Amino acid sequence: MNAPERLPVEQGPGLEARHAWPRQGLCAIPDWVYTSEEVYAREVERIFHGRTWNYVGLEAELPKPGTYKRSNVGPTPVVVTRAEDGSIHVVENRCAHRAAEFCRSHRGEARDFVCPYHQWNYDLKGNLIGVPFRRGVDKKGGMPADFKPAEHGLRKLKVATRRGVIFASYAEDMESVEDYLGAEILKDFDAAFDGRKLTILGYYRNTLPGNWKLYHENLKDPYHATLLHTFLVSFGLLVAGNKSAMICDPSGRHGTMASAKSDASKVDDARKKEMRAYKEGMVLEDPRMMDFVEEFDSPWSVTMQTIWPNLIVQREMNTLGTRQIVPNGPNEFTMVWTMFGYEGDSQEMTRHRMRQGNLMGPSGFLGLEDNEAIKFVQDGMLRGRPGLHLVVLDPAIAAGTSDTLISEAAIRAMYQHWRGVMGL
Amino acid sequence: MNAPAFAPLHTDRFVEVDQLRRRIDAFHAAYCDALDNGRLTEWPSYFTEDTFYRVIARENRDLGLPVGLVYCEGQAMLRDRAFALCNTAMYAPRYLRHFVSNIRIDAVEEGGALVRARSNYLLFQVLVDRPNATLHQMGEYHDVFRMDQDGGMLIASRDCIYDNALIDNALVYPV
Repeated sequence: MNAPERLPVEQGPGLEARHAWPRQGLCAIPDWVYTSEEVYAREVERIFHGRTWNYVGLEAELPKPGTYKRSNVGPTPVVVTRAEDGSIHVVENRCAHRAAEFCRSHRGEARDFVCPYHQWNYDLKGNLIGVPFRRGVDKKGGMPADFKPAEHGLRKLKVATRRGVIFASYAEDMESVEDYLGAEILKDFDAAFDGRKLTILGYYRNTLPGNWKLYHENLKDPYHATLLHTFLVSFGLLVAGNKSAMICDPSGRHGTMASAKSDASKVDDARKKEMRAYKEGMVLEDPRMMDFVEEFDSPWSVTMQTIWPNLIVQREMNTLGTRQIVPNGPNEFTMVWTMFGYEGDSQEMTRHRMRQGNLMGPSGFLGLEDNEAIKFVQDGMLRGRPGLHLVVLDPAIAAGTSDTLISEAAIRAMYQHWRGVMGL
Repeated sequence: MNAPAFAPLHTDRFVEVDQLRRRIDAFHAAYCDALDNGRLTEWPSYFTEDTFYRVIARENRDLGLPVGLVYCEGQAMLRDRAFALCNTAMYAPRYLRHFVSNIRIDAVEEGGALVRARSNYLLFQVLVDRPNATLHQMGEYHDVFRMDQDGGMLIASRDCIYDNALIDNALVYPV
């Protein structure tokens, strides 16, 4: 049964019965996975607030003690801080008193946080250090005698960092980030975060009217790359014969889509014919945008990593960035792009990263197409008859890593994991 | 005592500045006409050959960070973008309309050959399958114009600095 859900956000009893997975198994994904409010509510509880490491920022954004930035874990607003001793903390942006979202600036410097409503005061680690009129006035009013500030700090999350990347978790007993990512994913993660100190180059922020998982799926779907992104194909910059891979971790939740730049002239005619956009001899007037300056210890010139549940690591030749997914319900998410370079980049290298940045982001030649395509998918579900998504490409691989790009095995791997966590 | 925040110019100077403002206003109108009516291939011709064009979030600009949604060095990169939008890019059909106002002339240099000016802009978007126009961007042009003696002018540098916190899905056409 695939009727579209318009149910209260609370996960009512019988959620499982209302959301029976189709008998085709992982080859068919029902619309309610992307549109149901109660399924979304369970995702927040079990995924974003569950046993996951959520990306919240880069250490380079907190250059010194007392700096902070706003971020999110799933939809939940948090503040990421660097305390006086240099340690990094992630706390909910919600006053323990009356729930006010007290931190209103994207970033800044502070010695402590004061909620503007009643001036409850927290240190940079989230401990409650001051309550005005706690003893009342003239021995009247005030907090109860047994009120213990130590029990009323901000909600603190577990924090871990890897090569300057900050993760947070609501789970108290998370495995290390390294174990969470696994060896295959860590290898390409470390190629982008290779020990050089990061410099922040700027941000893009956009909303996208689609389910947050569609963004993961788009980067676990190498099939679309030469078909949707005709810019790359038209100019012979990407062809179906490029050396490439779609790698999954053993759990199926993370992925790396990788490709190596190659010479388009060596691709055989049959493949070119399949890609309708390929046009011999078409060149950019200013080809500098597509230059690749070798700087990584990796066989790949491009890796797009999907780190479950809310991080994309973009290493598109020399344009680098993290993308943070912030879901706003089942039908929309916000994407926060943080573009970076490395300390020691020459001015020309920074400009090269900027020029190449025209590929990505909400105005990028590829980025805008991905955003549009995902919107079309959500529109198709919200406005059309309810139905199933077909993900049958590459049947030889049930779910997981595939050595062909004409495959949806990585999407199936993600849903194998998702169904286990969601109990659906 | 501080100088007043706004001092009306001497009459002669006012005429000169007013004429300059009218020239810039007419230029904005022509530029927006090309974009709002889908003449994308005409768009690069409003720029000098070695121009700089960037659409940048106010957040980045305030932080001194260089990242732009669109970042073009030279007219050739503008032509590549116009070509891609016309021939390769996939996006839903839409209409856009620019409104440019509050032209401020900040400096006249090189004997009048170079003019630095700022203007406010509003950019509305209509998607053909959605009922209403939305305010797609609100921002400020920071321009350097190269003025010809024969009355023509070109953009030597343009930063489109948008105030919006969030882009609604995608910014397809130039600002």
